[in-house]
Amino acid sequence: MDNQTVLVRLKTRFGGAILESREFRGELTVVVPKERIVEVCSDLKNDPDLSYDFLSDLCGIDMFTPEKRFGVIYNLLSLKNRHRLRIKTFTEQENPRIQTVSGIWGTANAHERETYDMFGIVFEGHPDLRRMYMPDEFEYYPLRKDFPLMGIPGSLPLPKK
Amino acid sequence: METKVEEVAPRSRILQALEDQDTSASFLDPLESEMILNMGPQHPATHGVLRLLVKLDGETVVGCLPELGYLHRGYEKLAENCTYHEFIPHTDRLDYISPLSNNTAYSLAVEKLLGIEAPARAQFIRTIISELARISSHLLFLGSLSMDVGALTVWMWSFREREKLYDIFENLVGARFTTSYTRIGGLAQDLTPEVAAMIREYITAFPGNLEECEKLLNRNRIFIGRCDGVGIITREQAIDLGVTGPTLRASGVNHDLRRTLPYLIYDQFDFDIPMFEGGDSLARYYQRMAEMKESVKIVRQALEKIPNGPIHAFKPHNVLPRKKEVYTRMEELIHDFMLINFGVDPPDGEIYFSIEAPKGELGFYIMSKKGDGHPWRFKIRSPSFVNIHALPTMLKGAMISDVVAIIGSLDPVMGEADK
Repeated sequence: MDNQTVLVRLKTRFGGAILESREFRGELTVVVPKERIVEVCSDLKNDPDLSYDFLSDLCGIDMFTPEKRFGVIYNLLSLKNRHRLRIKTFTEQENPRIQTVSGIWGTANAHERETYDMFGIVFEGHPDLRRMYMPDEFEYYPLRKDFPLMGIPGSLPLPKK
Repeated sequence: METKVEEVAPRSRILQALEDQDTSASFLDPLESEMILNMGPQHPATHGVLRLLVKLDGETVVGCLPELGYLHRGYEKLAENCTYHEFIPHTDRLDYISPLSNNTAYSLAVEKLLGIEAPARAQFIRTIISELARISSHLLFLGSLSMDVGALTVWMWSFREREKLYDIFENLVGARFTTSYTRIGGLAQDLTPEVAAMIREYITAFPGNLEECEKLLNRNRIFIGRCDGVGIITREQAIDLGVTGPTLRASGVNHDLRRTLPYLIYDQFDFDIPMFEGGDSLARYYQRMAEMKESVKIVRQALEKIPNGPIHAFKPHNVLPRKKEVYTRMEELIHDFMLINFGVDPPDGEIYFSIEAPKGELGFYIMSKKGDGHPWRFKIRSPSFVNIHALPTMLKGAMISDVVAIIGSLDPVMGEADK
């Protein structure tokens, strides 16, 4: 299965949902609107020909532009076809929310928790959306571009003596 | 005959009364025997700072929650503020049991982003060091799993073998632990004939030494009793949870990135991908033992076939020049200055590249913007992070004493799980 076949197939299946596609270094990236992410993902997994049954990675991104500020990137692998595909979707700056895919791939559970911890993107319908690395009472999201590299003084209280 | 009935009857009536639903009350949890046990982050069997919250009913685990973040250093944030060359030493600290394979993975990812390729000799050396790193990592697994279930001798023996490997790394790289060996488009220094002889000597003796360890474990009743049938994860669960590496293959999934999506020069070698069906701790032990033997095969073939030639790609805008040339030639001095101060400048684009690291799929997602010497987004997909999140599935229904055997067979390293 090559990139062109997958792209043609996605375009015939979803039509307007494929906002953008790009091939770079032999890897296909497809941008879909966030409203249809669950639909596209479950179809990609359950389609017997495509069969993207393995979610290699899920991560967030901060584009630092007012519209389409935060994005979520899904790196899929089809064990059967030995093919990789990348799905991207963007969400707004204020109150970023997106539907969870943890019902489709169980591994998304951990990755979405990490993305929430680092970017503050809320995954609707996630069974256990908590901080992954940072303490629960931490107020900021460290991988956002407006979070300084040196951290914010006083944001992590030291234990009382 | 009648007396006999009378003798039996009162007892059975009492038993019947006890079992009668009307006379006996059943509580779901009469003594509130479910308790939450906190295991770690400072626990010798958790292999670092892994913290598990285990919910117990008596001695049976009914639930488990891994808590991460005790070793979180923010490498993804750091990478966004480093040039591509500056980040190489940080990759040593991801999976610190096998830094050489992390170095290789990172360099290959950046090379893919830049669209360059290291010369053949460098590719062979990278293959050799990746496989030696795999042996080193699996040896640590062997030692720590057997120590977790009570066999201390194997720990000593496997560390004797690791010590020899560290001697090889010291002669090859100049450092034993934090190697930082690969460079973008090449390697820090060449493989000398002395080191090649050391590696050859090592892989000749290694299978025999490994067999000694196997003799202690393979028919050891205690070891098998502790590992057999515990921590089972089925094929479907493993794929769903994104488990990779030996843990996935021990559950009967034939997926190894060296075969599935070949990188480096793995398609030139003759080796098998071992696979086991059990999905339990014992299968994961057999799996890693078999993988070490395959790694020896790969190293042996690579040493036979290794060509002579340069170890750096001739791409002056991306590959650091040699120090000797920097001091004597103007062009190289300029390139060195530009690369050190501004870094390499990849085009607008994004890549995901992953290798089969000892623990599983180690992937890097890099998004770059033209004119910026840093990655815009750098994501590390670490195998231990994902594998640890399969622990709740594996631990459910296990006994509390099996928890260490299951964590040991999963072989997580917190350096890469916490990033």
